[in-house]
Amino acid sequence: MTESTPEQRGVDRDWSGIRRAANFRPVEWLAEKMIQGVSFTAIAGVFLIFLFVGKEALPVFLGQTDSRLIQPIIPSSEVAKVKPEVLRQYLGLSVRDFAAMDQDTLKELMQVREEGAKDIPEYARSDPDSGVNGSGWRYLIAPHQWSGNEHPEYIWQPVGNIQKFNIIPLFLGSLKTTLIGLFFAVPLALAAALYVSQLAPVRVKEWVKPGIEMLAGIPSVVVGAFALLVLATWLQSIFHYQVRLNAFVAGIALGFAVIPLVFSIAEDALTSVPKSYVQAALAVGASRWQAARDIVLPAAIPGVFAAVVLGFGRAIGETMIVLIVCSAPVMSWNLFDSARSITTTIAAEMGELVPGSPHYRILFMLGTVLFAVTFLTNLIGDVVINRLKRRLEGKR
Amino acid sequence: MKKNLLVIAASLISAAQVLGGSITVKGSDTMVVLAQKWAETYMQKNPGTKIQVTGGGTGTGFAALQNGQTDLATASRPIKAKETENCIKAFGKRPTEFKVALDGITLYVHPANPVTQLTIEELEGIYTGKIKNWKEIGGPDLAITVYSRENSSGTYEFFKEHVLKGKDFAASAQTQQGTAGVVQAVMKDKGGIGYGGVGYATGVNRLKIAKIKGGTYYEPSEEAVLAETYPIWRYLYIYVNPAINSGEISTFLKWVRGEEGQKQVSEASYYPLPATLRSQ
Repeated sequence: MTESTPEQRGVDRDWSGIRRAANFRPVEWLAEKMIQGVSFTAIAGVFLIFLFVGKEALPVFLGQTDSRLIQPIIPSSEVAKVKPEVLRQYLGLSVRDFAAMDQDTLKELMQVREEGAKDIPEYARSDPDSGVNGSGWRYLIAPHQWSGNEHPEYIWQPVGNIQKFNIIPLFLGSLKTTLIGLFFAVPLALAAALYVSQLAPVRVKEWVKPGIEMLAGIPSVVVGAFALLVLATWLQSIFHYQVRLNAFVAGIALGFAVIPLVFSIAEDALTSVPKSYVQAALAVGASRWQAARDIVLPAAIPGVFAAVVLGFGRAIGETMIVLIVCSAPVMSWNLFDSARSITTTIAAEMGELVPGSPHYRILFMLGTVLFAVTFLTNLIGDVVINRLKRRLEGKR
Repeated sequence: MKKNLLVIAASLISAAQVLGGSITVKGSDTMVVLAQKWAETYMQKNPGTKIQVTGGGTGTGFAALQNGQTDLATASRPIKAKETENCIKAFGKRPTEFKVALDGITLYVHPANPVTQLTIEELEGIYTGKIKNWKEIGGPDLAITVYSRENSSGTYEFFKEHVLKGKDFAASAQTQQGTAGVVQAVMKDKGGIGYGGVGYATGVNRLKIAKIKGGTYYEPSEEAVLAETYPIWRYLYIYVNPAINSGEISTFLKWVRGEEGQKQVSEASYYPLPATLRSQ
């Protein structure tokens, strides 16, 4: 008797290796294909969103945006003399639009440019920074000594005659609020998860677990309003800082949004550690607490780590809470100063912008960078989790 | 087949145009309440017309005007050259501008604050962060907390240009989403100062403002704003694509700038236009 080859065996076996019934079931086949289609659409959706955001931001990355106050002007009387290609680029028109436009409209457009330049107030025109392109990479990242300042500074003041787009205060704001939120939420959430999954009596567990998970159902607007009206006053009366609404309050409020997420995932991970581990530990004389701390927690570390990584993503992407509580772009590491996060900036400023302006593109650039940051953290998190898993399974 | 569909669609659209004057208004958040008042009153008088009002911000309104998504764009600042350009690129003409109301920017302080009047120069000092304590301007020894609006607000831009002369706001200025937020914050803060529309000043004190040191201090009253003696005031606007400024839309715009419409302006706590600017 000869062994059948894998190819022969695979004929009527699917990926699970289970022999399927011989008759073809069209409904099942259709359902399978539809689910497949939906999952691919989701991936394509994420990809398309990134593509769209990235496309709007591309000129910033390439350094093609120009936010100088004083721009070169071609007088409208010279509309017939200027080369068409030069004129097309000057007016920022596409080839097709330019071809469709008559002389009068072109002249009108040039007049608007002239009038716009004339409307610039004298104090701004004579400002030494009127020729600075604040949307260039150098000004986006490095501090600059603007006229009237005594030292080089990081300034985010995107509206006005001379626009200042330094993004460092925004990154600092996001980092500050996120880290405060995580420092507050992660220990609490992990302790609660450990308690609920390992130590709590069943009746307590039945109340506490849904209670904490219900926190996730509170809309972040409500959390923000609570922080603005109640939490800020409480914390100020405890810590006696001067600025009532600051990064610390925002961070604690963010913590409330992060706790249920971290708790839920960590609790799942801890519960899925086989009961036999605990029983073995108890059998050799460990207390329940020792078993939980020294046996269950290390065994569940990949899941716990995943919980923290997801919590970070949630905190840095949260908009509403930080938007409500604090939004001044202060460049300071002091926790009790105000802060302005990247998401706040995008949400608060997008509505008023001329599409295609440097400010508009820079907000999209911030969105792209934020996406990249969360993607990278998740990726790194995934790699670390896999390593930990392999180590735990002894496959190093 | 395709042709038939097109014909049906076209006839449906024209039918809708005949049946209903439907006007969409979009733009300035400052003016949402005012625009809604206009819409309600006008619809009561003209039951055949439907007016939809949405906010979103002055810039959003202009973007919608340019795409044809709205008929009228409300604005708390004049249109910018770049926006006019976009409109010309989109529909070949400059949008028509109508001044529809006046607004005095009011400075709020805590009711317990003994300071009652300031000059523009002192305001500039406070908002750029040069003046940090009330005692520097004749008040108690108390740190000043500066409240401002989000930089997407037309009021923010106006304040920056006309009071700060283009200088930057102090980075520590706390920004609030709306004027109501500013008033709330000042009400709770003894050292607080904030700015916004005159209609919102309940529970806080309004400051008298003088243009220069030694000049007369004025309340932001209707007379002072109309006489231009109160130094920080502005127009509110409505913009329209000239190609569609006819029929129902033109009637509505005329009504807004006439006696009836201007009465709503007073009720929404802004100041009505002087007689010379009204529609006849």
